[in-house]
Amino acid sequence: MDNKRAIELEIIANRIRKDALTAVYSASAGHPGGSLSIADVLAVLYFEVMNVDPKNPKDPDRDRFVLSKGHAAPALYGVLAERGYFPVEDMPTFRKIGSYLQGHPDMKGVPGVDMSTGSLGQGVCAANGMALAAKIDKKDYRVYTILGDGELEEGQVWEAAMYAPHYKLDNLTAFVDFNGLQIDGDIKEVMSPLPIDKKFEAFGWNVMVVDAHDIIKLYEAICAAKTVKEKPTMIILKSIKGKGVSFMENNPAWHGSAPNEEQYNQAIAELDAQIKELEVQLNG
Amino acid sequence: MGKVATREAYGLALAEFGDTYDFVVLDADLSKSTKTDTFKKKFPERFFNTGIAEANMMSTAAGLAACGKTVFASSFAMFAAGRAFEQIRNSICYPKLNVKIGATHAGISVGEDGATHQCLEDIALMRSLPNMTIINPADATEAVCAVEAALKIDGPVYLRFGRLAVPEMFERANYKFELGKGVELKDGKDVTIVATGLMVPEALEAQKILSEKGISARVINIHTIKPIDRDILVKAAKETGAIVTAEEHNVIGGLGSAVAEVLCEECPVPMRRVGTQDVFGQSGKPAPLLEMYGLTAANIAKQAEEVIKLKK
Ligand SMILES: Cc1ncc(C[n+]2csc(CCOP(=O)(O)OP(=O)(O)O)c2C)c(N)n1
Ligand SMILES: [Mg+2]
Repeated sequence: MDNKRAIELEIIANRIRKDALTAVYSASAGHPGGSLSIADVLAVLYFEVMNVDPKNPKDPDRDRFVLSKGHAAPALYGVLAERGYFPVEDMPTFRKIGSYLQGHPDMKGVPGVDMSTGSLGQGVCAANGMALAAKIDKKDYRVYTILGDGELEEGQVWEAAMYAPHYKLDNLTAFVDFNGLQIDGDIKEVMSPLPIDKKFEAFGWNVMVVDAHDIIKLYEAICAAKTVKEKPTMIILKSIKGKGVSFMENNPAWHGSAPNEEQYNQAIAELDAQIKELEVQLNG
Repeated sequence: MGKVATREAYGLALAEFGDTYDFVVLDADLSKSTKTDTFKKKFPERFFNTGIAEANMMSTAAGLAACGKTVFASSFAMFAAGRAFEQIRNSICYPKLNVKIGATHAGISVGEDGATHQCLEDIALMRSLPNMTIINPADATEAVCAVEAALKIDGPVYLRFGRLAVPEMFERANYKFELGKGVELKDGKDVTIVATGLMVPEALEAQKILSEKGISARVINIHTIKPIDRDILVKAAKETGAIVTAEEHNVIGGLGSAVAEVLCEECPVPMRRVGTQDVFGQSGKPAPLLEMYGLTAANIAKQAEEVIKLKK
């Protein structure tokens, strides 16, 4: 991937961040921190990597994506809206009565959502099921899933960790959003899942560690995963919770609380400034 | 009177009774929401976070209890009763261990998180377990009383708390909480409203609506859903001849079912069940959601009028 494309994707990632914050702000509820941390990887997946068509969201041959950490729905809805699955203008209906943009991803109601999630630990297992279905049907679609680092504490995740290498699900690429925080604080203090890389290696995964906010490195890692045979890949994303908004970064308080008007305006201003700077780089 | 969420009262009760009772508290990365952090701040050495691992938490609680500890284990109702159902059954209820499950964020009033977090099945699940006691307090005072009642008995207890601030109805100083006993809040002769949890104030409101129409409704508060107070229900059926139940739960398996089971056997009368009608919830603010799913005084009153027409 060249620099120009990387900058374009970075701009898209920041637009996703804005969409996510608009959703959470409008609802006065939702999860900004863990949405902002995965904006870059979502931009790379949906705009560069995944074989998907917003006009045909149920195409049986499409690549699949499962947001195992379903509380980051604002970011998922943001990337889907930016990609054209539904109008960006619908983002403010998030979490409101009657809206299809439910608090946690709802595959029945939201075009482009491949699996209903929100209860931690279950999404990655569903992703295994999708990858296995591709093997059964001899189809070559790939399955992507993102877990939280706190989510790794669910026993079910390790059942899935055992399962994917057992069935040689090399069509599965999983990510851990390694932002170091969960609700009650630092993951190391609450219930340490570390070392994440060695654990997945021991379970038989191909493991990579990348900077979650480096578009080119993300893209290269995802491409490398496609060439690995007989093993699933786990990409550990070294990320910053709340990435892109100065006062939200690395602050556990922003896990599940919405910004007030002033905070929202400041956040949008910061993201707009970043977008502007990137546009200058792009055109200059 | 003000409004306080029963989960707030739960946290305060744990911290208060921590002085006089010997117990430990477990939580699964939700201590700020379940309010067990109130206890944690006062007794850090008696608080253990299990991380996001509800199944592990319940079986660990069983192990602690098997070594003589009294244990409170907390998470959202969805993940406590739902995720860890089988652990509760086989590790806690079967050996009748002294584990108190403090389940918060029960019901549709969870609000914006939506269907995945709105547990409308926990009473049904917990009611089907032998050895389980279930308490669904209606306000902060009852929540505190429920915690103390749970401490006083040996064996599993499921405590159901809400996220939403609800009216304070009872005064602690003179409230007599009796485990397993329903409370008649209003006498009446035409129909009986049997309510639990945050539907109790709605039931009282419905009683007023009905009384303005010349209908005399009895109101019974059922805080202990299991074991249920058979006597108060049979008496109400005999004396008023019609029953409306009201709960923030699916009508399948909850209070309505429990009441129907008793009355079918002992004194069948026409019944209506107010609750969610076998559907999932959705995201939204709590108050409009309660309205949308018929969990209101107006709907209770309407059902009461309907059921009276069926009286023999
Ligand atoms: C089974 C289950 N238990 C608890 C929760 C409540 N919950 C939502 S997010 C969260 C913390 C997640 O932390 P992490 O996985 O690190 O997410 P991130 O930091 O990426 O937001 C918890 C405990 C849940 N959604 N599902
Ligand atoms: Mg995290």
